[in-house]
Amino acid sequence: MTGLKVDREKCIGCGLCVKACVSHGLSMEKKKAVVNDHCTLCGICVDSCHVGAISLEKESVISDEQWKNSKGIWVFAQQKEGEILPVVYELLGKGRELADGKGCRLTALLGEAKEHGNTEKLIAAGADQVIVCRDSRLAEMDTEIYVKWICRQIQRFAPEIFLFGATGFGRALAPGVAVHMQTGLTADCTALEIDTKTGLLCQTRPAFGGNLMATIVCPNHRPQMATVWAGIMKAREPDPSRTGKVIETFLEEKDISRIQILKNLPAGVSDSITQASVLVVIGRGIGNKKNIPMMKELSELLGGRLGCSRPLVEAGWCEYKYQVGQTGSSVSPRLLLSIGVSGAVQHLAGINGAEKIIAINNDPKAPIFGISHYVVVGDCIEVVKALIRELSDIS
Amino acid sequence: MKSIVCMKAVPSTNQVRLDPVTHTICRDGRQAVVNPFDASALETAVGIKERLGGQVTVLSMGIPDTERLLRDALSRGADTGILLSDRAFAGADTLATSYSLSLGVKEAGGYQMILCGKMAVDGDTAQIGPELAGVLEIPCVTDVCEILHLTDKEVQVKKGVDGGHQILKVKLPVLLTVEKDICMPRMPSIAGIRFGETGPVAVKGASELAADPMRIGLTGSPTQVIKTFTPKRQSESIPIPGTPGEQASQLAILCKEVSR
Repeated sequence: MTGLKVDREKCIGCGLCVKACVSHGLSMEKKKAVVNDHCTLCGICVDSCHVGAISLEKESVISDEQWKNSKGIWVFAQQKEGEILPVVYELLGKGRELADGKGCRLTALLGEAKEHGNTEKLIAAGADQVIVCRDSRLAEMDTEIYVKWICRQIQRFAPEIFLFGATGFGRALAPGVAVHMQTGLTADCTALEIDTKTGLLCQTRPAFGGNLMATIVCPNHRPQMATVWAGIMKAREPDPSRTGKVIETFLEEKDISRIQILKNLPAGVSDSITQASVLVVIGRGIGNKKNIPMMKELSELLGGRLGCSRPLVEAGWCEYKYQVGQTGSSVSPRLLLSIGVSGAVQHLAGINGAEKIIAINNDPKAPIFGISHYVVVGDCIEVVKALIRELSDIS
Repeated sequence: MKSIVCMKAVPSTNQVRLDPVTHTICRDGRQAVVNPFDASALETAVGIKERLGGQVTVLSMGIPDTERLLRDALSRGADTGILLSDRAFAGADTLATSYSLSLGVKEAGGYQMILCGKMAVDGDTAQIGPELAGVLEIPCVTDVCEILHLTDKEVQVKKGVDGGHQILKVKLPVLLTVEKDICMPRMPSIAGIRFGETGPVAVKGASELAADPMRIGLTGSPTQVIKTFTPKRQSESIPIPGTPGEQASQLAILCKEVSR
């Protein structure tokens, strides 16, 4: 029977599981833990129990045995106007490592309108083969067409693992593929590794706003699918001497989309905070709307972009598209300079991917300092004024 | 226009916090709230109803207490609510959830549009919209930030894409996932609050919906959590002391170094 079981013999009534539960799903009765109707079977309590009294039992699904023959690791090679996105090379870097560990092939899946010399680049970045489809219907990033093409390739070649970049398109495409194949999909993984015993892909992702990490597997369905944000995995140095196979595939005539794209509106460069490698993020601590131009100047001096925390959007000081955090944009710049941001959980979850965080805040206890590499306690306006002077002098 | 809005109960702001000593989760006792993106989806649907007429059904899957949030949605303009609540639904991943929600959609009896928030702030997966559309075999448009034109046959929307926006047209029925800034959710009116207390919310269990037991809850979920742990935090932050001027010169050097 599926469900959460507490072994009453083993339970010592310590109450740690009750504290660990996020959904009030456990309570103590007569010094023993008891599961109630609020339990969502998330499994957090299982790891919280020091005596191993709690277990999550799952009725095993007799699944199609076909997947046992599935083989190989696939990476979806998203391109934009013929240019492969950096996240693809990062996934190929990781995919190469996993494929070498498993002793299997690494395949890149490339859809594009016409030949751009991308297959060579994908092979140089680590792919053993490229499954390519060149068709004008793939020019627009339309999930409907891509799902049809990709699912047909999965049915034909039966990959064991399939990785996607967590781009806007990837986050729409991957679930479309997963539901079509009736398999599992783990979003926004920060670590991927192969379990040496089971050979399964262990997918680690933040849960509950990044306060907990969860490792997830997909034991009985194939492919095992995951999305990964840009900037998490490392690309390999391209090796132009590598050789690989190119498999040409085609769309079918009947592959038409129910969605009609009328117009593309590319954003001005200044609009994109998710792609910025340097990001200045401002919060309530800047005190006054009048200080925003100064912050903008600082971001420009650093060759970066300006983002903000949620309160500034709510106060009407900044536009929503500049909001950094869980309800705005998640960012992963190389440098994030945080100014006057206290650091609510949702904000911190959105900046987790930043390589280096420098925070300026007048409150030494500000939560932002907990995840910052360098901390400046002081009046952020004074520091920024001085910093602008310094940077202007250097340049 | 008949629309269905999918809503999720999520922990309220700052509810999930780790106790720095025991590394367990401490709660401030506040109740679950509606996922903010779903609140925007509801407002979008109610706005459409006010312009074109029709009906708005709110749909959720969760513990019995979630009925409270559906009643709140009724007070903000929804007409009926359906709550899928059953122990058998517990532990569902996105695939099992999207199948379960599809049963709720069928229960609602006909629709032209399904609206979901772009993502939930607790899980952050953004998978339910596309997967539900996949189960129902209807087109899905994600990250919609504006509805430009709507008739009872088709809809024109503006959506966010990687590096910009796109304007597209799609025939109904369709599933849209919406950005938070597509509109500003309203407050309930006095009459709305009264309707919220008495309005129709149906609570349905798995057997009433004739759910396939192998496709729901933990059993129907391909993915499973095998381990949870506390993430490694930045172990040691390096303080930069001094006067603002001294701090600034250090920062200038650091910024140049890191961003190079």
